[in-house]
Amino acid sequence: MTIPIDVETKHRIVVVLLWLAALVALAVLAFIIAVVLWNGLPAVTLSFLLESPRDMGRAGGIFPMVVSTVAVTLLAVIVAAPLGVGTAIYLTEYTSETALTRVIRFGAECLAGVPSIIFGLFGFIFFVIQLGMGWSVLSGGLTLAVMILPTVMRTAEEAIRAVPESFREASFSTGASRWQTVTQVVLPSALPGIVTGVILGVGRGVGETAAVIFTAGSSLHIPTSIFSPARTMAVHFYILAREGISMRHAYGTAAVLVILILAINTAANWLMLRFQAKQG
Amino acid sequence: MTVARREKAIERALLVSALSAVSMLALIAAFILIEGAPVMLRHGISSFLAGTRWAPTKGSFGILPMIVASVVVTLGAMVIAVPLGLSCAVFLAEIAPRRAANFLRPAIQLLAGIPSVVYGFVGILFLVPLIRENLGGPGLSVLAAVVILGVMVLPTLIGIAEDAIEAVPRTYKEGALALGCTHAQAIRRVILPAARGGIIAAVILAMGRAVGETMAVIMVIGNAAIIPCSVLDPARTLTSNIALEMGYAAGDHQKALFATGVVLFAFIMVLNSIATMRIVRGRR
Amino acid sequence: MTREFSYSLEAGGRAAESVPSEPKLLVERLSVSYDGVAALRSVNLSIYPNEVLALTGPGGSGKTTLLRTINRLNDRIRSARVTEGRVLLDGEDVYGPDVDAYAIRQRMAMVFALPTPLPKSIFDNVAYGPRVAGIRKMARLREIVERALRDAILWDEVSSRLGDPAMTLSGGQQQRLCIARALAQQPEVLLLDEPCSGLDPISTLKIEDALRKLKEQYTIVLVSHNTQQAARVADRIAFLLMGELVEHGRADQVVTSPADTRTADYFQGRFG
Repeated sequence: MTIPIDVETKHRIVVVLLWLAALVALAVLAFIIAVVLWNGLPAVTLSFLLESPRDMGRAGGIFPMVVSTVAVTLLAVIVAAPLGVGTAIYLTEYTSETALTRVIRFGAECLAGVPSIIFGLFGFIFFVIQLGMGWSVLSGGLTLAVMILPTVMRTAEEAIRAVPESFREASFSTGASRWQTVTQVVLPSALPGIVTGVILGVGRGVGETAAVIFTAGSSLHIPTSIFSPARTMAVHFYILAREGISMRHAYGTAAVLVILILAINTAANWLMLRFQAKQG
Repeated sequence: MTVARREKAIERALLVSALSAVSMLALIAAFILIEGAPVMLRHGISSFLAGTRWAPTKGSFGILPMIVASVVVTLGAMVIAVPLGLSCAVFLAEIAPRRAANFLRPAIQLLAGIPSVVYGFVGILFLVPLIRENLGGPGLSVLAAVVILGVMVLPTLIGIAEDAIEAVPRTYKEGALALGCTHAQAIRRVILPAARGGIIAAVILAMGRAVGETMAVIMVIGNAAIIPCSVLDPARTLTSNIALEMGYAAGDHQKALFATGVVLFAFIMVLNSIATMRIVRGRR
Repeated sequence: MTREFSYSLEAGGRAAESVPSEPKLLVERLSVSYDGVAALRSVNLSIYPNEVLALTGPGGSGKTTLLRTINRLNDRIRSARVTEGRVLLDGEDVYGPDVDAYAIRQRMAMVFALPTPLPKSIFDNVAYGPRVAGIRKMARLREIVERALRDAILWDEVSSRLGDPAMTLSGGQQQRLCIARALAQQPEVLLLDEPCSGLDPISTLKIEDALRKLKEQYTIVLVSHNTQQAARVADRIAFLLMGELVEHGRADQVVTSPADTRTADYFQGRFG
């Protein structure tokens, strides 16, 4: 039953199929972005960005959600970045492979795989209820911080490992301590890579819904402190779309979100490429 | 001496931060378990896991329909994601010209950056009507979730599989080519088998992503708490069960949602542990 | 007590009578291994103030290990162990329980085989050591940097562009920059690990010139597998082979009339 095809033709067919697979993935991405921007951009005006929503979001804008998104994500980064970078420094500069580092790595890998809804449940019971923070920017930010910690940590570790060993040797040979070596030589060299990781973490935080909706809440007001409840753009979009409140405003919010994500990813990529060019 | 002492203090502080991820994981496991386990035990583990009736306000907490839906949706997503994702990974690692790869790689990572609510939204607007009009049923269905998840897990799958393929020593491929294999034969007979461990890990991690995905699934799956009989039927996964009812649940009902979380968490931990061990073993 | 040791150890050596002062560095029965594999076997060696001692021998003979053990840079290599013996700097055990390895490295500066400029400006590279030691005053730093660059014979080439990245210098300039960085930390001992191995002849000559001047202020240990360079620059030569110190003595003596046939063979180019 085999049709005689010579190997050369077979090889070509395989190559064409692989190109096709890549194009399909690309097409899906292009389709999603195009749909959201095409339908959403007309709704995005300056007043949409700068006004508060009226009538549950049917009218008005998304200003409080923009503020909430920035506040929650910023808080998450402020907490996660030092922890993630600290972990990376510990793993690369202060210890060799031991049972403990294996446990630390395993924990981070597992944390990276925990679904966002579990973070939502945990954040709700731990930060909102147990620690009495209520639905607030604080609860949401801390929950997100736990969620993006593995991302920050992993990229920071990779960036730090990429710093040439000769830099460390040179530093140590002058009598510098480990910490001086880390702060004076290792971190400055690894900074672009670390920042890339943090930016990727920001991207995850901005787009997150499940972990935030049960921890930051869904108040329509502008948060006035880290103890105020808040509704991020992703949550707002989810509520508008799911409850069918306003298609137009849902699209508008989605467009803002997608543009933000695009910008964040582009920035991260640009930094990464520059970093690699410098290293290579 | 003071330098040495300061170094010790810094090392200790760094160790504390290094333990943050593990301790958070432990804390998450502990809290979900403390909240969820009692209600599970009270109603009987078997009637909780194997019960088919979910009527939380009437005190029946059977989550079998959700377990079935989660498993079906995840496996279904793999049917789409594995061939497509592996092809993309092979393409990126072996075939793509440098410039195409440098464009495609960030594009695929961008796919991971798009918020899951946006996937769900696009799913409702385009995929659901497409299924309803061409295949019948309500459209909000297992199939819709399968397709959406199949796309959503692509970045995870492609990223890890590509790493695994690129980690195969060059000499393997060169050896195969030197023996007269075509590039395609070398990929199929030498490179893919050598990268098998990492590829399996990629698939397992992608399954973890699919099991855990929430918002996109809620929006397209229909959320009926019954065991689906066909891919065109609506269903409700473990994740959507939690997210749908957390907003208003109280008392035992809320605890039952945490218990659902326990089951979900167990699923994820098993998948992650297998994948992590595979990756670690592959690295050696 | 240190003196007793040095006398007893030097009793059979030839160097003792020619360099009468106290040794700056005393290596006693030093054995080092990597993962249990011996790299140095019971090495005894004295290094005197204001001399250039060349450590020579074929690759893998333990020259670099000896150098890195002296300033404890090998602490960073986890598989490395000092299994026996000690290293005394001015009579003080470098590996003593109360000794701070950072302070030891500050006193014994090192230059590596390949130039290792840090990803900083020329000025910041040279000022790195003083800053690590806590010197903050800009005027003082400028003074130190200029002196170090002059001593390393680099000042004239870079004085107009101290703010440029060190990576923009040529290989030979980078290596002299590293020497300047070592000098700027105001050490007592200079440890140089094949500092000319990657350099062209002209850069090599410049560095050798610098070394001859520097020994007036420092004790210099120079690792070199290049026997001619050792003969040109060093006051004394120590010949290592497979982790053992075969012989050591005045440079001219070791080169022209070595006591051990293995040394003779090496210097005549029979191996290595």
